[in-house]
Amino acid sequence: MAKAKVKGKKFTFDDLELILLSLPTVVWFAIFSYLPMFGVIIAFKTYRLQPGKGFLYSLFKSKWAAFKNFEFLFASSDTWIMFRNTIGYNLIFIILGVVIPVSLAIMISNLYSQRLGKVCQTAMFLPHFMSWVVASYFLFAFLSSEKGLVNSIIVSMGGTKVNWYGAEALNYWPFFLVMMNIWKGTGYGMVVYLATITGIDSTYYEAAVIDGATKWQQTTKITIPLLKQIMVIMTIMAIGRIFNADFGLFYQVPKASGPLSNATLTMDVFIYNALTKMNNIGMSSAAALFQSVCGCITICIANWVVSKIDNESAFF
Amino acid sequence: MAKEKKVLEGLAKFNRVSKPMNILFSVVFIFAALCCVIPLIFVVIISFTHKDSIARNGYTFFPDQWSLQAYSTLWDSRESIVRAFGISVLITVVGTVLGLFLNASMGYVLSRSSFKFKGLYTIIVFIPMIFNGGMVSSFLIMTQLLHLRDNLLALILPLAVSSFNIIIMRTFFTTTVPDSLVESGKIDGASQLRIFFQIVLPISLPAMATIGLFLSFAYWNDWWQALMYLNNQDLYPLQYVLISIERNIDFVTKNAAYMGMSAVEISAKLPQDGVKMALVVIAVLPIACSYPFFQRYFVSGLTIGAVKG
Repeated sequence: MAKAKVKGKKFTFDDLELILLSLPTVVWFAIFSYLPMFGVIIAFKTYRLQPGKGFLYSLFKSKWAAFKNFEFLFASSDTWIMFRNTIGYNLIFIILGVVIPVSLAIMISNLYSQRLGKVCQTAMFLPHFMSWVVASYFLFAFLSSEKGLVNSIIVSMGGTKVNWYGAEALNYWPFFLVMMNIWKGTGYGMVVYLATITGIDSTYYEAAVIDGATKWQQTTKITIPLLKQIMVIMTIMAIGRIFNADFGLFYQVPKASGPLSNATLTMDVFIYNALTKMNNIGMSSAAALFQSVCGCITICIANWVVSKIDNESAFF
Repeated sequence: MAKEKKVLEGLAKFNRVSKPMNILFSVVFIFAALCCVIPLIFVVIISFTHKDSIARNGYTFFPDQWSLQAYSTLWDSRESIVRAFGISVLITVVGTVLGLFLNASMGYVLSRSSFKFKGLYTIIVFIPMIFNGGMVSSFLIMTQLLHLRDNLLALILPLAVSSFNIIIMRTFFTTTVPDSLVESGKIDGASQLRIFFQIVLPISLPAMATIGLFLSFAYWNDWWQALMYLNNQDLYPLQYVLISIERNIDFVTKNAAYMGMSAVEISAKLPQDGVKMALVVIAVLPIACSYPFFQRYFVSGLTIGAVKG
């Protein structure tokens, strides 16, 4: 659209100045965004750094491997666990990431005391500003097997200590990880939805009250429909990241514990381990490319589906 | 008028959730707020707990012996701690300034409806939102093409620009900097660059504050770049020191047998729990103390950013 409008336009001095102004950012995009996109062809090569030569030379000179790297990737026994975990956790995160913040935002907007709402909202925003490294220490204070609060309580009630970072606690970790994710993300989600709720014209509610609508009816018939667009956008964005797993959450929070890998092995952890521990550039680049392509496809499909159902809500 | 207002207030009062419901909601929120804050308070308490108390009772909310010892231990090794703190501050400041310039200039260019290549530039900014090169090729480019291993630029550059921030800036400029303002500047003979720096930026402080905060919190909290690109201990930012301490402990405990150390020697070599927690407190405190005051800028940024691009 915009293109058609300015198509016949002459190139002016203004344009030159604007190009100059944006040049540093364009260069940044070229180096840190588009060059890596081009670099994904590593996944189809047997990449070796040629001694004394640069990256680009080595990349072009490396032998084509076709889909060998992908064959290795899918032959690996960890791959199935990794996909199961990545997609499983993300589905839970997507559902809870909409349901919990939306219900809390609606609830907080209904509190009598505005002040209490403000204070609680501020407190709940705190975890968003903590890094996963810090969050891992927070959790460790409770779960440390020697000194953790949870084990102290268990012992004081006559139980025996549990090694929470060992194999015996494996089954608890999906719960811990989901809990940590909710802990960190809820405040952020609430802020986004609450901003929309406070922006809703109060006359809608006044009219509804006069027609005798109950509070519940007002919520389901006014608030939620008006929140729909932002909910859909947030969900599409989350679906686009369904093949990405927060490395901090799945690696730092469980303290990279090996026995827990059945519960914590996700795409990003897998790629990181393959790249830095095993130094397997072929397999890790195949997994990284797979992740990027799948993410791109899912976000496009999600957006397409939404645009078919309701064009207004689509993201692009 | 006053009467009408009263009626509306009455209506608002009438249209409230019931009293028991309000109490229930209040309890839920107080509980949720506590869940979010208590871990931080717990860590602060541990950092002030005497090490004998920790050895006896483990971590507890009510230690029987308080002490400043953890902080004095940190003070003894202040050279490395202050350096890590300084590096965190340095990358935060430099990164924020650089990122502000890069995001704002691109956002401004995208917001000018008369710009000839607006369509192309929008695509350039948009594509990275749905596709990226992934961890491995970024890593290889950073280390083998740009040679940024053990270089502070590796901590600064990759985080400087994000399409999301650019779109927030663009939305802000489109709505608050009218074309007529730019036109009037041009009639007065100012160039686009001058208009941007002397007219547009000064009136865009709210948006700059928002993006500046996004950036500075992101830089302060970042440990990923350090994990990938740093080997040199002298360059570690605070967040990464927290990771490397943990790694050292793993290393010492795993290799203790080979090194022929006794349990006593091991525990003497390891940093005490209180010291680790004190370090966490130092890393967290600047943020925990400042975010309540900046919160509204965050909220405004998130609301603009959530609007369809």
